[in-house]
Amino acid sequence: MSAPEIYITADCVVRDNKVISNGSLLYAQEGAAVTEFLEGFYRHLAIDYPKFFKMDRLSKLGLLAAEVLTKNGRQRAYAPENTGIVLTNAQASLDADIRYYASVSNLPSPALFVYTLPNIVIGEISIRHGFKGENAFFVSEQFDPAMLGFYAGELFRTTPTQACMAGWVDVIGEKYEAVMVLLEKEAAPGAKPFTTEQLTKLYATDHGAINANA
Amino acid sequence: MEQLMQTLKEQIIRQLNLNDKKPEDIGNDDPLFVEGLGLDSIDALELIVLLQQEYKIKLANAEEGQTVFRSIRTMAQYITDRQAQDAAAS
Amino acid sequence: MSAPVYIAGTGVITAIGNDTAANLDALRSGSAGMGPIRWLETRHQGQLPVAEVKSSNEMLAEKAGLPAHFSRTSLLSTIAAKEALQNAGIPDLGKWRTGFLSANTVGGMDKTENFYPAFLQNPAAGRLREVVHHECGAATEITADELGIQHYVTTISTACSSSANSIFFAARMIRQGLLDVAVAGGVDALTRFTLNGFNTLMILDSQFCQPFDENRRGLNLGEGAGYVVLVSEKVAATLANKPEVQLSGWCNANDAYHQTASSPDGTGSYLAMQGALKKSGLKPGDIDYINLHGTGTQNNDVAEGTAISKLFAEAYPPMSSTKSFTGHTLGASGGIEAVFSVLSIQQGLIYPNLRWETQMKELPFAPVTTLQEKKVEHVLSNSFGFGGNCSSLIFSRIN
Repeated sequence: MSAPEIYITADCVVRDNKVISNGSLLYAQEGAAVTEFLEGFYRHLAIDYPKFFKMDRLSKLGLLAAEVLTKNGRQRAYAPENTGIVLTNAQASLDADIRYYASVSNLPSPALFVYTLPNIVIGEISIRHGFKGENAFFVSEQFDPAMLGFYAGELFRTTPTQACMAGWVDVIGEKYEAVMVLLEKEAAPGAKPFTTEQLTKLYATDHGAINANA
Repeated sequence: MEQLMQTLKEQIIRQLNLNDKKPEDIGNDDPLFVEGLGLDSIDALELIVLLQQEYKIKLANAEEGQTVFRSIRTMAQYITDRQAQDAAAS
Repeated sequence: MSAPVYIAGTGVITAIGNDTAANLDALRSGSAGMGPIRWLETRHQGQLPVAEVKSSNEMLAEKAGLPAHFSRTSLLSTIAAKEALQNAGIPDLGKWRTGFLSANTVGGMDKTENFYPAFLQNPAAGRLREVVHHECGAATEITADELGIQHYVTTISTACSSSANSIFFAARMIRQGLLDVAVAGGVDALTRFTLNGFNTLMILDSQFCQPFDENRRGLNLGEGAGYVVLVSEKVAATLANKPEVQLSGWCNANDAYHQTASSPDGTGSYLAMQGALKKSGLKPGDIDYINLHGTGTQNNDVAEGTAISKLFAEAYPPMSSTKSFTGHTLGASGGIEAVFSVLSIQQGLIYPNLRWETQMKELPFAPVTTLQEKKVEHVLSNSFGFGGNCSSLIFSRIN
């Protein structure tokens, strides 16, 4: 495909209670339940964003991965309308749906209801980082690098997008996974070309091996 | 009233997931929205749920919340007044 | 110059009709679809008006050719998508690379919520076949199977702008030569889940909604599905009925303000409309009709209106919210309103904004209140969703 040159300038893989970014172990909290792990991860990043505690777990996970990307990426300033987000997962907002549903038998909670849409995580990241460009959320059975590659590629090719966060963020019960990348038009030192193969490789990151090196 | 205000602070922290706040961080007359505790429109709706759940008080509409939820003191006063009205009515 | 993407067919089912012709009749005659709750089982029956599709699941299942235990979402989706493909009348569909790009926000929640109470009591007792259709993708897969589409199938879930996004995503795939034909749009069925949820947000009107009215009180929830068939120039050349309308512009932007509320000046709406105009190469003055997002909530209408007043200050085109007919159909609204936008150009119609009475004090313009018949070249359709997701589409007559 005639895609313009796009580079992965930062990546972040969160699973098995470990956070790996650009090939290095950033944080680990073995044995913790998902909620506990996410809060530990938040404190580790030492950001002051009290709204974090109000979010559902999908938004928490996406927000923290995005935080890692902006910390480890180029951090070049872009016009807000030139920054986009494309995310995808398998369970949509089912984790939040179940929590909201459980509140209905008592008094339904508006604060839980607002998270019963999968794209709210994109809204939260957009608010935090001032991203106002194109954004999209797809529900697909499994991580689909070709689809992500096409959609993000189109953003760079046919819209004014100059930077874009893209990836997979999924939470259900005690299972969760985030694989996100920061894409930019200009290469930075250590940047990898944005290709389907690169995404596939990143998704296959072996957390056990990384742990041994760290 | 003092006791009620203390209880309200604890309930608000729990209901709104203000994990980094303690009751003593919230002044009785501090504004709850925007510049004070920084609550937003969804928090206001949660406070309406809180009143219903803990005090069996139902607000007629969301606009009423703007005056009731100005501070811990206005909330406590509103609860006290409504409870007095209900006691008088029954 | 990018390759054009034509609209070859439409399919729609809403509270005002079970197909395109019935919807058009109701739009012409000004008949709204709201009423007391009839089909949905809820404690809100008799209190909140809704815009239900006027058929039981059994009736819908028969029309869709599917079993009645399937979710209402998949039934509505299948009915409208089948109509759209039939309407397009593409000869030898099998020889083209065809995609189905759908959108929804609640998936099969209507079935899940029937299952859930029993499941909570006894996890072994629930009927699992109802739950397996829960996830948003299931309704898409069922409909794609019914249409015989396998080449490319996907589900978008970006709240109330979902189906507008699926439509321009389809256009992109056609422009890039990845697809020749795409059925794109979206669906949502009314559920207790959404009714209770929107009720807790205190944005439901207990009367019939009045979008863009100073005294508006909120929205009425609706349900339905709307799809358009998009085709490449090559496919269009094979059609007996030559397409009259193309998708000429689109843009999506994020408001980056609040999970559910729009920013007061409608930043996201402004960026979406401005971007769509730029993409289509049109000026604000070229737009003949704006199909507003116009939910009827205090917040949306003032934000959308403020953005419009910044962009169209020189000359306001006629505009209206057809949610005054169909209610707010959430994930389906962008698809349904895309169909209405196409019909506006084909039929030369500008629909009334029903029940409008009082000028909003913040805005220098008012919506259209009576049916207008005139030549329509370009229609701008707005769809804005929770999560700050704002989309605008522009449909244009092919000259």
